[in-house]
Amino acid sequence: MYAALWNFLPGPPWARALLCVGLGIILLAVCFEYVFPWLSDYMPFNDTTVGQ
Amino acid sequence: MNRTPTSAALFPTPVRPDGPRRRHAHHGGRRGGGLVAGVVGVFGELLVTVGVLLGLFVVWQLWWTDVEGARAQDQIVADMGWEEPEDDGSEVAVTSEHRDAPPVPGAPAAGETFAQLYVPRWGDDYLKPIAEGTDKATVLDTIGIGHYEGTGMPGELGNFATAAHRTTYGKPYNKVHELEEQDALVVRTEDTWYVYKVTESEIVLPENIEVISPVPGIKPGEPLPELTERYITLTTCHPMFSAAERYIVYGELDYWAPVSEGTPKELLEEG
Repeated sequence: MYAALWNFLPGPPWARALLCVGLGIILLAVCFEYVFPWLSDYMPFNDTTVGQ
Repeated sequence: MNRTPTSAALFPTPVRPDGPRRRHAHHGGRRGGGLVAGVVGVFGELLVTVGVLLGLFVVWQLWWTDVEGARAQDQIVADMGWEEPEDDGSEVAVTSEHRDAPPVPGAPAAGETFAQLYVPRWGDDYLKPIAEGTDKATVLDTIGIGHYEGTGMPGELGNFATAAHRTTYGKPYNKVHELEEQDALVVRTEDTWYVYKVTESEIVLPENIEVISPVPGIKPGEPLPELTERYITLTTCHPMFSAAERYIVYGELDYWAPVSEGTPKELLEEG
């Protein structure tokens, strides 16, 4: 999977490494902004209220 | 081999005959060994990826929501723009202690930020906004402290019941276990201070809704006695990082004072 990604990326190794870091940062940002907030609604450890 | 970034390089490079995958295939010594190794390899990579993402979720939940929450809550307090009694350049004045019936603010709209909480035990700089409702997305995760809808307003006969996170999202009630009897819980609306004093705390199950009853402890359906006291209730999760139980702190109104008189003495004492 990651080998295929590496082969797919263009350029010399340093450029590929840089692209990988960039993709990682984008993935991280999407997770922090959208995926994790959505996921946290389904987590049981955030309830502070009584009732409901 | 010297590679240059050309358009041809945009397409996947075929696996070279001397690549690791091919060598594995030979190592397997039979047809299809390369395929099995490839599937197992991808499966392993997926597992590692899921593990890393779960780790990142924990980092986000425990650390990042807190960083963002604290920043947002400070900004909300700043945006409320309520004047401090000393803002006009006068000396710091101590309010007198009014023990007659206090003014009661009107019911706010859901999500409206209508009060602030000071707790000297939690530090001289502890100041968090209080908003109407206990919805997680619009109040608890963003504004901080939520006021249970339908429970009393500050200063009202009955129970001013609130909830907030104990961990994550700015964790307004993080140090709830440090509160001791007679500690001040100072609620401020734009014009009025309400100084409550802690009376007791307990740990209950999440379904024990009687903790926010107008007289704490009176279960739904039981007859309410005549209201004579002005209570405050803090509810938060317990133990920390769990939601198995709820940590409850009760208080009673000690006195109230108009903001125009100055600052309650509880907020001026050195902590």
